[in-house]
Amino acid sequence: MADKTIQAHDAYSADLFKDAEKNPENLLVVKNLKKYFPIKSSFFKMTVGNVKAVDGVSFVIKKGTTMGLVGESGCGKSTIGRTILRLIEKTEGEVFFNGEDVFKLSKAELRAHRPNIQIIFQDPYSSLSPRIPVGEIIGEAVREHHIVSPAEFDDYITRVMEACGLAEYHKDRYPHEFSGGQRQRICIARALALNPDFILCDEPVSALDVSIQAQIINLLRDLQKEFGLTYLFISHDLSVVEHISDTVGVMYLGNLVEYAETDKLFSKPLHPYTQALFSAIPVPDPDYKMNRIILEGSIPSPANPPSGCKFHTRCRECMEVCKYLNPDFAEVEPEHYCACHLYNSPARKAELDKLVAEMKREEEKKAEESKK
Amino acid sequence: MLKYSIKRLLYSAIILFFVMFIIYTLMYVMPGNYVQTKAMELATKPGATKSADEWLADLNRQYGMDQGIISGYFTWLKSAVKLDFGDSWKWNKACTQVFSERIWYSFALNVITMFFQIIIAIPLGIHAARKQYGFSDYFATVFSMVCISMPSFFLITLLKLIFAVKLKWFDLTGMIDPRIHDSLSDFGKFLDVAKHYVLPVITITIISIGGLMRYTRTNMLEVLSSDYIRTARAKGVPERKVIYSHAFRNTLITLITILGGSLVSLFSGAIITEQLFGLTGIGQASYQSMVVGDIPFTMFYLAFISLLTLLGNLLADLLYAAADPRVRLA
Repeated sequence: MADKTIQAHDAYSADLFKDAEKNPENLLVVKNLKKYFPIKSSFFKMTVGNVKAVDGVSFVIKKGTTMGLVGESGCGKSTIGRTILRLIEKTEGEVFFNGEDVFKLSKAELRAHRPNIQIIFQDPYSSLSPRIPVGEIIGEAVREHHIVSPAEFDDYITRVMEACGLAEYHKDRYPHEFSGGQRQRICIARALALNPDFILCDEPVSALDVSIQAQIINLLRDLQKEFGLTYLFISHDLSVVEHISDTVGVMYLGNLVEYAETDKLFSKPLHPYTQALFSAIPVPDPDYKMNRIILEGSIPSPANPPSGCKFHTRCRECMEVCKYLNPDFAEVEPEHYCACHLYNSPARKAELDKLVAEMKREEEKKAEESKK
Repeated sequence: MLKYSIKRLLYSAIILFFVMFIIYTLMYVMPGNYVQTKAMELATKPGATKSADEWLADLNRQYGMDQGIISGYFTWLKSAVKLDFGDSWKWNKACTQVFSERIWYSFALNVITMFFQIIIAIPLGIHAARKQYGFSDYFATVFSMVCISMPSFFLITLLKLIFAVKLKWFDLTGMIDPRIHDSLSDFGKFLDVAKHYVLPVITITIISIGGLMRYTRTNMLEVLSSDYIRTARAKGVPERKVIYSHAFRNTLITLITILGGSLVSLFSGAIITEQLFGLTGIGQASYQSMVVGDIPFTMFYLAFISLLTLLGNLLADLLYAAADPRVRLA
């Protein structure tokens, strides 16, 4: 039964973004990416289950744009990021960067590919080696990948640091001598120094206070304009995402439930989860009547997700089909993707209804058998 | 840094004063001490003119044991600060002379052992950490646990049984082969001694690598899981460099502390190993002097060890600051 739902879903989503990687405008194409972490039994090290951290995610990021990725903590945002960078290996799916399949690269090719795709981590305190001076942190990989000639090296590092709001005399200092905001600037300079096409920002401002957050966000935007960078911006702060992103993806329990341009998504969220999420954004107006949609219960465990649509346990609009079948991640409106049975086309609806009826019959049969 | 060192040295002097006092007291009140044994021996000699008690009183005066613990200690301390440690009762020679005759045998043994310990344990620890929960990690863990738990006398007996008795590759004990040693050239003599060092070196190396390996592994694991290692990987630094220049550099701090602490072990000798292999090193000397209650030599030896321990700790702290830019000593 479980197989059938997955097949029905995968067959459908395989067609989505078909050949998207061949369009040179698309810098990053992610197709049906899955990352499961095995749960091992303590004694025999047998795999007894999987934590489905990322369970079939597809999206496309165009060159020079920023995609925001939002969702509750633990929904797999960071895992997506790390899998795209191949810091961890995928379970299934494809990731194309500049038309090249990232998972087909050999170890040496991957290392050569690393500078193109950089990451800024959430915690600027722990992501800098405490025993290496800042100049070396920024310059090490530059030298390693021969980005500039040795003669230009010092000037280059200084230029990059200045672009990120750091001064040349910071080079010989150690990370612990900087404040959180400055450390994040170091992290950005480090990423930028490799002259990347793409920077993955994994909650880059969550560890910073609000005034510094604004500085860092503006710095990221300025750098994007100057160097034509493409960002994937992971965050749980919706206002930050709205401010910086061109497109936004909303995740729930390992799945992308909705993906659209920022304006479209914020003005007209389609998925019930997105609607609930957006209703929680605080509005700085005391007279504003907030119409909050309160979600019941808490996020289910990704090790044992609910059957059918993973959100059906908390959804206001839950239907019969939601309990049995995973919804398709489909283009509901032009450039607006949503995974919800509410927006099924009549043909697809009939198809799925038939499947549900079949599954129900099977279930009844089984129930009767067990009674006997 | 200088101010800090001076402060630490002053503390060390105070600690040393009390440590030596405790040791002196213990040696003094130990039943069957050197003087008592000697008095019994002289009194029971054929033709002895005095009784044991008379001899004891005589000898106590002779050896300065009649003035009580406190004043006895200060007498020792007064001459000790002038670097005069008196004559050893057992060897009837100046303590410093006994020491200088023997220390280099122990020092050589320990330097060689430490060298092997470092070049085996640290790479093994790094490897185990990289392959955490893999086969080689389990193997290294079991191996190091066996090494730590093995009593040295048992290991020595085992080694002797295999290599000396069954295979006859080495002699059971001794520093030289007395049958041929004198007929050898200088280089041959050196080789002869080296051959007798093989089993002791193996013994101490096996016993000591376990701890260092576990330390290296634990610290490497901690560092390898940190965010900046992920950063280094993400920026495309080669794995070898990630391990050795990023991760190992951060592991070094703890290792330096341990190795600084083991400075003392370079000079302290290995009591059991030296005794069982018949190496005339400082460990054996200290064992023999303690057994007969030779107060001057024991005091000298333990003062030396205590001083070295304190200096080793100071050195470790200074190195710590050199290796970690976050540490400022004040």
